[in-house]
Amino acid sequence: MNINATLLAQLIMFVLFVWFCMKFVWTPIVAALDARKKQIADGLADAERAKQDLELAAKRSAELLREAKEKAGEIVASGEKRASEIVEEAKAQAKVEGERIITGAKAEIDQEVFRAKEQLRTQVSAIALAGAGKILGREIDAKAHNDLLDKLVAEI
Amino acid sequence: MSSEMAQETGEVAHEAAHTSAEYIHHHLQNLTYGQLPDGTWGVAHSAAEAKAMGFWALNLDTFFMSLLLGLVIMYFFRSVAKSAVSGTPGGLQNFCEWAVEFVDSSVRGSFSGKNAMVAPLALTIFFWVFSMNLMDLIPIDWVPLLMKSLGVPFFKVVPSTDPNATFGMAIGVFLLVLYYSVKMKGAGGFFAELAFQPFPKFLLPFNLILEGVNLIAKPISLALRLFGNMYAGEMIFILIALMGGAWAGFSFGGVTLFGSQILLSLGWAIFHILIVTLQAFIFMTLTVVYLDMAHQEHH
Repeated sequence: MNINATLLAQLIMFVLFVWFCMKFVWTPIVAALDARKKQIADGLADAERAKQDLELAAKRSAELLREAKEKAGEIVASGEKRASEIVEEAKAQAKVEGERIITGAKAEIDQEVFRAKEQLRTQVSAIALAGAGKILGREIDAKAHNDLLDKLVAEI
Repeated sequence: MSSEMAQETGEVAHEAAHTSAEYIHHHLQNLTYGQLPDGTWGVAHSAAEAKAMGFWALNLDTFFMSLLLGLVIMYFFRSVAKSAVSGTPGGLQNFCEWAVEFVDSSVRGSFSGKNAMVAPLALTIFFWVFSMNLMDLIPIDWVPLLMKSLGVPFFKVVPSTDPNATFGMAIGVFLLVLYYSVKMKGAGGFFAELAFQPFPKFLLPFNLILEGVNLIAKPISLALRLFGNMYAGEMIFILIALMGGAWAGFSFGGVTLFGSQILLSLGWAIFHILIVTLQAFIFMTLTVVYLDMAHQEHH
């Protein structure tokens, strides 16, 4: 239990071990710890960001959906409007067409009537001549009584 | 008749005391290498020879045990540190990380300055001192008997029961305290701290004596606390071992002594685990505190 040079040896060993520990033990272990700390922090930050992104995306998709619904409603409404317009137009056109057809038919009828009257008139004058000839017993000179006949035809 | 018996027991006790004293001395003697009285260099074979060697002698047992333990610890930590990963750590890395974080948090708790050296220093101190103290739990006769069979006269297996070891470390710490005191406060500031407080300046010599004692007391108390605790623990192990050594045949007393030795050494060893750890922790913490004081200006 004497104090001797062991003291110096111990002191030198102490210094060397501390130096070694500082250089080759402490630094790498603390570096690994720090790296892990950073990894964890990064992971948490990423998760947080992803969560925010997800929320944002959800909000955006909801908005898109709402817009799409609105647009679809608008489209349906305008479609309905257009359809009723088309129907109205068709109705109006049909009316016009109908009227036109009716007027045409009426004109035709008038024409037919007029032609029939003409025919009838000529036939009536012929019948009247034949009748009158029979009544009078003689040939009526058509030329002589032409203007008389014409007057008759016009009267019918 | 009764006086005869008393004489007889006295003789036995005297003989036992003689061998006990030898036993104790043998266990407390370091294996010292130095210059022998005849001028040659070699290992001392008695306490007197070891004492006669003076300062320039080396306690081989303390030296090799502390070197071996330091190397084992550094090798262990180094092997883990080399393959330290930032991902999921394995078992050994877990332990080392726990150790590093334990030391780091105690350093953070008591060291307010910024110095990259303090925490590794504390780690080295704690585990080195702890391992040296832990040698106390090896049954005290094993290593000396083994060494005796190899022809080595003495072998103290616990380096921290050698004041050389504890003072060596304490002086290392003291030098660091001086270095950082001067570095942080300047030579003048350090002197002012020693000379101008706690009393006014005109009491300068008195202040110097007071603060000087305060300063010197740091390494001495650091070294003696560890040495004293471990030495006393060792001593008690030796005394407990003597009880079994006093066993002579299957008498009632002999069996009782043998049984008590087992029980007492078990109990003391279990209690000693606490002391071993605590002393290592105290050495570490006080080192950190002293270095903290060296870094701080306190007026």
